[in-house]
Amino acid sequence: MRYEADVIIELKSGMLDPEGTTIKRALEHLGYTPESVKTAKNYTITLDSDNIHTARENVEQMCQKLIANPIIHNYTITLREI
Amino acid sequence: MTVAIIQFGGSNCDQDVLHVLQDVVGLDARLVWYKEEDLSDFEGVVIPGGFSYGDYLRAGAIAARTPIMESVKTLVTEGKPVLGICNGFQVLTESGLLAGALTTNMYPKFRCQPTCLRVESTGTPFTSRFKKGEVVRIPIAHKEGNFYATEDTLAQLEHDDLVVFRYADAKGHVTDAVNPNGSQENIAGIASTSRNVLGMMPHPERASEDILGSKDGLKIFESMADHITGSV
Repeated sequence: MRYEADVIIELKSGMLDPEGTTIKRALEHLGYTPESVKTAKNYTITLDSDNIHTARENVEQMCQKLIANPIIHNYTITLREI
Repeated sequence: MTVAIIQFGGSNCDQDVLHVLQDVVGLDARLVWYKEEDLSDFEGVVIPGGFSYGDYLRAGAIAARTPIMESVKTLVTEGKPVLGICNGFQVLTESGLLAGALTTNMYPKFRCQPTCLRVESTGTPFTSRFKKGEVVRIPIAHKEGNFYATEDTLAQLEHDDLVVFRYADAKGHVTDAVNPNGSQENIAGIASTSRNVLGMMPHPERASEDILGSKDGLKIFESMADHITGSV
């Protein structure tokens, strides 16, 4: 089976997000009043796997070993068959 | 008695470190391309600054997971000195050899400027020639140098005397005003629990000769040489 995983990597709550803060300030210059702006990275990973459980386990490992830094990041994985 | 200077694709301070080690300190050193996986002939390692793998994913993240880093870990367990400068510091935190993480500067801009550092710990193979509390001038050049660690990790670093350098003013006062990147507790460099791994954002190789305006960084390489040659 072929799967596509959307991996979203976010800074843990309470961590400084200088890029988000800069974007928020720019939005305010344009007259908007966002309460907060947070940045995140999105990776789309396509993989073959026996079933959705093994696919998820595989992507989890990818996140833990490389894609996220567990000291500063949280991640979420959304998986679908394609 | 040779030091390995590891080159990843995108390292760009490797030649400067080689020059300082060989021509200024007088220690044997060799550039080692990251595909060479055997470091058993070396007595120490420097991971130089630069932009390994284009800083893709996170600064240092890809380099930290190359096979040569397993050989670096072996040298660390043998007690040999390993110094990571700037991107090298980022590689060492990403590889788990040092605590914490280097995140985007609080003001998200590449900052290239002289900084004053207060020497906090002389109990490492890289700082034996300094005096505790001494203020040294060594420049920084980075965008991801904002040191972050959890409260527990920070407390452990402080307790174990592993904070080696802090950003300070010329008189040694550690203040927010002289913190160039938002690092917690003004941390500019830390050591491993085993003390033989040092990571620092400032570039000592850019402050190792009078012609560069400061040679305060030279003592780091000289201390490393003392350790390697057994003269201390």
